Amino acid sequence: MSVLSVEGLSKTFAAGGMFRANGKAKRAVDDVSFRLDTGETLAIVGESGSGKSTTARLAMRLLQPDTGQICWADEDVSAMAGRALRQRRHHIQMVFQDPFASLNPRMKIWQSVAEGLRVHRPGLSRQQQRDRVAESLHLCGMDDSGMDRYPHQFSGGQRQRIGIARALIVEPAVLVLDEPVSALDVSVQAQILNLLQDIQRQRGLAYLFISHDLSVIRHVADRVVVMFSGRIVEQASAADLFEHARHPYTRALLAARPVTHPNERSSESCEYDSEGEGEAEQGCAYQPRCPNAATDCAAFDGQLVDEGYACLHPVEFLQKHSPQSTQRAQRKAEEKQHQ
Amino acid sequence: MLEIQNLSLSVSIEGRRVEAVSAVSLQLEPGRVLGLVGESGCGKSLTAQAILRLGEHQGVSKTGGDILLDGSSLFDIDQAALRKIRGGHIAMIFQEPMTALNPVFSIGSQIIEVIRLHLELNKKQTEQRAMQLLQDVGMQDVAQLLKQYPDALSGGMRQRVLIAMAMAADPDYIIADEPTTALDVSVQKRIIALLLNLQKQRNLGLLLVTHDFGLVAELCDDVVVMYAGQIVESGPVMEIFDHPAHPYTRALMACRPEVFEAGQALQVIEGQVPPPGRWPQGCHFAARCPLRKKDCEQPVAATAWQQGEHSARCLHVMQS
Repeated sequence: MSVLSVEGLSKTFAAGGMFRANGKAKRAVDDVSFRLDTGETLAIVGESGSGKSTTARLAMRLLQPDTGQICWADEDVSAMAGRALRQRRHHIQMVFQDPFASLNPRMKIWQSVAEGLRVHRPGLSRQQQRDRVAESLHLCGMDDSGMDRYPHQFSGGQRQRIGIARALIVEPAVLVLDEPVSALDVSVQAQILNLLQDIQRQRGLAYLFISHDLSVIRHVADRVVVMFSGRIVEQASAADLFEHARHPYTRALLAARPVTHPNERSSESCEYDSEGEGEAEQGCAYQPRCPNAATDCAAFDGQLVDEGYACLHPVEFLQKHSPQSTQRAQRKAEEKQHQ
Repeated sequence: MLEIQNLSLSVSIEGRRVEAVSAVSLQLEPGRVLGLVGESGCGKSLTAQAILRLGEHQGVSKTGGDILLDGSSLFDIDQAALRKIRGGHIAMIFQEPMTALNPVFSIGSQIIEVIRLHLELNKKQTEQRAMQLLQDVGMQDVAQLLKQYPDALSGGMRQRVLIAMAMAADPDYIIADEPTTALDVSVQKRIIALLLNLQKQRNLGLLLVTHDFGLVAELCDDVVVMYAGQIVESGPVMEIFDHPAHPYTRALMACRPEVFEAGQALQVIEGQVPPPGRWPQGCHFAARCPLRKKDCEQPVAATAWQQGEHSARCLHVMQS
């Protein structure tokens, strides 16, 4: 069942500010469509400025789209406002990137976590609220002894758990995770990723997972949407994307992943990313950086080919295994022989 | 050679002086890349900053040991000599390219300031050198760029400018503190390639401070792993990746998502790094260690386990 679907979303920000009064309007999100089902994880990948966070904020109705339709569990909320919208917000909740900035330092943990209850479950007594908070904290692997403490008494990983508990307390169907682990140390990152996976299995939650880290995405995502300059340039199941990416930008992203072992160092690491900078105004925005760019790209309308990739000159050569995974397989085989 | 000998540093926490770096020793040679790896709060950045005596105004003080540049101590010299060393012999690249540049000065004036401080060149030569440096880090339209302000540049371009500034006075050593963490993945790879190129061309000694074993795999010749203020393992990069010895190093490498199949539960390290002031008497990692035994409650020597250049602060190394 679709818990979130968006169709033809677009959002333009006026370039403003004191110093850029005559700047051009920036089209942050341009004709984006996707759907998300129960229990599924959809990842949005892209670099800063690709529109991935704006897309998430539009889907949550934190921003008003210029055009396009947003449905939460098959109910159109695109034009909804005020009280009606507020009452439905428990459907989709958000976990932020920075656990140090997203908790009010002057509120006790239980008060922060209970905030959503005041809107969505009015009439609960203080004790009932505290019980709900304890339950939500337990679900996130925290005991309730910290309920009356303040955020500064917790580590980054614990704060992220508190952030997740706060989102879960209103029992959402969709969790939007905006770079939920990129501010964390790698060991803590693993704890939080495991926790998210456990909660998803238990509750059948759908995740909209925003990240620029492909190692993390490969780990958590069922499907992946790749965004560049406000548009979807490729979409595929996670398995397909990592094996058979067609768009040159996706290939560049994949090639830019750090190696996992020093003997995989390669010199031709940037083969899918030429040294160009910026985005083209006409046609495909990736042109200045694209190794496959040709004259007809300037007239490309950006529509997805075969529902998969938005490119006139996709990467043709389909490697069954990336050189990295082959090398890794070889090394594993050698290690076995040693033993 | 740049040498840290038994360096101990203390910081002030809630009015108490507590040790934050404990008897750290490492050596950086020209032409080598050394990775200093660890989680937040393990003391790696404090150690790196101490090389240029940067923490002193923030209440970090040296309680023991020394730092030697080609045999002479960096703690014996006055501020004027220190200024010559900073940038002239040892330069630093910071993590946050958005805050490391001054927003109200042009790119040109910020690079030229560094060149003037260290080199005796006339106005024209200075400007030429600034442009040459920017070209060396892969920037285009450099004459125009000199007049621009940091807000006109992307994160990756700012990091290139910072690298150009670090190279301005031809230093022998570069300290790079998480130089790519704040950048997009595709930009990260280019910055890594750039750093490595410059390091090779100029035979620089590069100290790379990072929590990312991927970056270590890409760049480093040698690795030093820190945990709770101490060095727990050091050795050549291949040794560290092929035969990690200390349980902490192993755990840290094992919890990376890229070494697991998609969807599989990731390995985790239970518990947390103990903060300075709460370190145990014995092995600092003992509370989280699967190999913990009774004798781990006694202090463990840095070279408790050793094999050639590879050593670990552990009494119970299991070799695979």
